[in-house]
Amino acid sequence: MTCGASLRRAAALAAGIAVALLALAAPSMARAEGSRVPLPSITVDRTTKCVAPPDVMRRTHMEMLKHRRDKTVHQGVRGGDESLNRCLSCHADKTTGAAVGAPDAFCQSCHDYAGVKLDCFECHQGRPGPQAKLREGRP
Amino acid sequence: MSERDVPVTRRAMLAGAAAALAGVTLAPGIRLVEVAQAAAEPGKPVTSKVRWGLLIDAGRCTEGCNECVLACNRENGLEGGARPTDPQWIRIVELKDRRTGRKASAPVMCQHCASPPCVDVCPTGASFKRADGIVLVDRHTCIGCRYCMMACPYKARSFVHEPLTAQKPEVPRGKGCVESCTLCVHKIDRGDGTTACAEACPTQAILFGDLNDPASAIARRVAEVRTTQLRADLGLDTGVRYTGL
Repeated sequence: MTCGASLRRAAALAAGIAVALLALAAPSMARAEGSRVPLPSITVDRTTKCVAPPDVMRRTHMEMLKHRRDKTVHQGVRGGDESLNRCLSCHADKTTGAAVGAPDAFCQSCHDYAGVKLDCFECHQGRPGPQAKLREGRP
Repeated sequence: MSERDVPVTRRAMLAGAAAALAGVTLAPGIRLVEVAQAAAEPGKPVTSKVRWGLLIDAGRCTEGCNECVLACNRENGLEGGARPTDPQWIRIVELKDRRTGRKASAPVMCQHCASPPCVDVCPTGASFKRADGIVLVDRHTCIGCRYCMMACPYKARSFVHEPLTAQKPEVPRGKGCVESCTLCVHKIDRGDGTTACAEACPTQAILFGDLNDPASAIARRVAEVRTTQLRADLGLDTGVRYTGL
């Protein structure tokens, strides 16, 4: 019995710690007005337009990137609106210059929120490269 | 309806005439249609009309110089041998004839074989040859098994052992993948028409170009002088050739 009670106490303590940690992590989560649901805090530059509407991008950006990466690696088709580099040229944070590496960075905040591992940037740089700039002069 | 039954229309006739015109010979071995297709077109898939290669003149390669290696490291963001496990895309190999004492040195990198053994052994299809003859590793599919390193007779491939953070944006690299010389594929796709090593060589010992284009400097040189393929006995038809070894 005492063993069970101490287990229960430990579980309660662990739950308390988890809640406290969540509260600490809260600054990166924003809440919509009058809603209890936390949302990822993303700052989006609304002056430019993405290649597809936000709801499409949220669901299919990974498919777009996957399709694009095969064309780039195997066929040498670089640049274009669906390239990772083009994404970064808008979505990299204005102050840090990267889309990852900070809790409120564009890619990272949403992936943290959704609990989806973000693999791209284990090899790719989270900041735009020179091709994105080069591309602007081309059709 | 078989092909023979199709009546020859005016349109088909004209199309045939246009195709014949495109095949017109400009000079021995150069045709109008090939010139148009061989040009680097950004945004278009690469074609097998082009075969990129290098011609390395060991006679011009200076002993003790490693400018090509340094340029390769700079261009591709390699660490440059600070740690024993650091990848190496170009090695300077020194040869000495024991009997005569003649010395020669030359850079050895991925030889971009037409029949690459690394592609044969790759269990996931990550090691592949692009249509324009460049042998690459698709890091998205590479599982880091290193069979290709075992299969390569030139020891051209390296494994990334350590986590990386300072990659160049145009050359993504990461721990757990095999990598090797890409013939500066990002520069080629950009239309630079050269590689970092060829640009950096102070004695112009490295010549880069399209082996399939008879008008290119490399093709003319290969047609003119005797060139050697390393381990030619293996019949791999390398894209990197040597003179003066």
